[in-house]
Amino acid sequence: MKTSDPKNLVEAIIRACESVESVRLMEVCGTHTVSLFRSGVRSVLPPQVRLVSGPGCPVCVTSQGYIDAVLEMSTRPGVTICTYGDMVRVPGNRGSLESHRARGARVEVCYSIQEALRRAETHPGEEVVFAAVGFETTAPAAALAVLEADRMGLKNFTILNGHKRVMPALRALVGRDDTALDGFLLPGHVSVILGSEAYRDLVDRHGKACVVAGFEVEQLLLAVLGLVNQVAVGTPRLENVYGVAVRAGGNPQALACLDRVFEPVDAVWRAMGTIPESGLGLRGRYERFDAAKRFDLATEDDTQPPGCRCGEVIQGVAEPRDCTLFGEACTFEHPVGPCMVSSEGTCAAWYRYGGGH
Amino acid sequence: MKTTADERVVLAHGGGGEMTRRLLDERVLPCLGNDLLDPLLDSALLPPVQGRLCMTTDSFVVQPLEFPGGDIGRLAVCGTVNDLAVMGARPLYLSLALVMEEGLPFKVLDRILRSIARAAEEADTPVVTGDTKVVERGRGDGLIITTAGLGEVPGGVRLEPGRIRPEDEILITGSVAEHGLAVMAARESLGLRSRLESDAAPLAGLVEAMLASGGNVKFLRDPTRGGVAGVVADLVEDTGLGVEIEEAALPVPAPVRHAAEILGLDPLEVANEGKIVVVVEQGEGDRVLEACRAHAQGRQAARIGRVVRAVPPLAEVITGIGGRRILQRPYGEALPRIC
Repeated sequence: MKTSDPKNLVEAIIRACESVESVRLMEVCGTHTVSLFRSGVRSVLPPQVRLVSGPGCPVCVTSQGYIDAVLEMSTRPGVTICTYGDMVRVPGNRGSLESHRARGARVEVCYSIQEALRRAETHPGEEVVFAAVGFETTAPAAALAVLEADRMGLKNFTILNGHKRVMPALRALVGRDDTALDGFLLPGHVSVILGSEAYRDLVDRHGKACVVAGFEVEQLLLAVLGLVNQVAVGTPRLENVYGVAVRAGGNPQALACLDRVFEPVDAVWRAMGTIPESGLGLRGRYERFDAAKRFDLATEDDTQPPGCRCGEVIQGVAEPRDCTLFGEACTFEHPVGPCMVSSEGTCAAWYRYGGGH
Repeated sequence: MKTTADERVVLAHGGGGEMTRRLLDERVLPCLGNDLLDPLLDSALLPPVQGRLCMTTDSFVVQPLEFPGGDIGRLAVCGTVNDLAVMGARPLYLSLALVMEEGLPFKVLDRILRSIARAAEEADTPVVTGDTKVVERGRGDGLIITTAGLGEVPGGVRLEPGRIRPEDEILITGSVAEHGLAVMAARESLGLRSRLESDAAPLAGLVEAMLASGGNVKFLRDPTRGGVAGVVADLVEDTGLGVEIEEAALPVPAPVRHAAEILGLDPLEVANEGKIVVVVEQGEGDRVLEACRAHAQGRQAARIGRVVRAVPPLAEVITGIGGRRILQRPYGEALPRIC
């Protein structure tokens, strides 16, 4: 019998669950949330396993103030907003980048920050502002872009910096009672940069089961099996089933590059408040690439859209179906909160793939 | 004719004067010319046909203009003749309007015109009328193409969703998601080195082979933008029936699977330009599959699902591990995820 065969893994999970009453696991990463639905893993897990989402969707964790700051910038003359596609439809207090663009704002969807850099280089008359959100996965590319802009002496390129660090947020979550988590399904991509050892605290200090995994179905099932086994035996460990990509120490070059350009700063997370050292601020040397400083923008405000529970969804304390707006006033076509917009958002995944059934 | 590297389209090429005439005589007609187009009358005069006429129109905007496996020109021809083909029509004629942006290098324009000529030849469908315009730099994205296609539907051919019944079989004529991913990968900034190629191809011959197979083909649609997911969503809406797609049966080449995985995209939602989703009566899929596989454009044809009774009507994917999820039409263009 091939142990990595998905059907065998599903059976192994069902067997492992026989000895546990319930296992409450958080998938931290938005891509995991989507993969768990898309691959059908959620629909074949036994009822003992509860999967809740974590703060791992870049757009979803971004404060409302940040969204509004991007929108405000987009209305200023001469400004071009460059952004990942996921940000375009996120509703702010007044409209979205999509609706602003339709009214004449210059908004360019980029696949990477390099496109924004090239735009600034080839359009010297434009003030190019890149909406830089994401975790340690995208931040190294932003660091490289800032270094390149510095080398080129670009004066019309800035980033509205919303980068965040994964571990401080998980620390904040794990210290609370209401999440009642048994373990974490830890993100693959971000761990390529950070390394699996970055999560050591979650096991040693907080006693949580931990598995780092990739995104293919075998990986997801191996991770769930590992987590259930750890919980069943009662000995949490730090497991890495994504060894092909994730090393214990991560990617030293990327980490060095991050450290050269950014420093840990306090940051506001959607509905989670300010988490110490959870953001990546531009170091003083590169301050002139900071759009918030150059254009005097405040991003800290975090007033939620009325009734929206995205903030609870990304902390694993509510499921989309707990929100009265979900599927009624808030749909993929007319989203109220960011979790319904982002391709990695939990509400969007439930809505698209039928989480309720 | 010779072209130096820096020769480009200028506004005067669209002015309707001498420069326009030279553009046509020196660049367009040598590539696309034929007895119906050459007179350059205000409209093409066409001989009468026997069957019902079938007409379609389409516009093409794509960046980059050229990508592995094709370019905007090949796309324009294939997209148009395929819209005719999936109605069961034999494509007869094309119209072609080129909206060029000032500054478009002639080298690029010439390559695209030659590509249009090759695709029209493959599709056995000549361009019989056309138009050229030039817009100011910054207002045209290089080149925009608008086409119309005219085809003839033979008597007795009826392809419409109203004929679909529960338990009908759903086929696909080959591997999915190649076109959309090839175009995305061609955007340098993605840093995605891959050997993906667009599948853009004219499919009237394949349709003819399927219709001649003896299997009761009820409905055809090419899963372009919105991918297979879009077509399946249309089917559910148009018939009020459910659809089940077997993910494991879907032909997804390894490079496609890997690229989709990296970008966070569902191959079912990515555009194709050389494939057809087929609905055929229960028990007759094999005959149609056999006909497909004997054709160059249908070698990897596969049965991917079936029509079911479902309340409410829903499209579902049965995943490789036997799980289930809903399949919906994507909101807009599929975009790579952030991390």
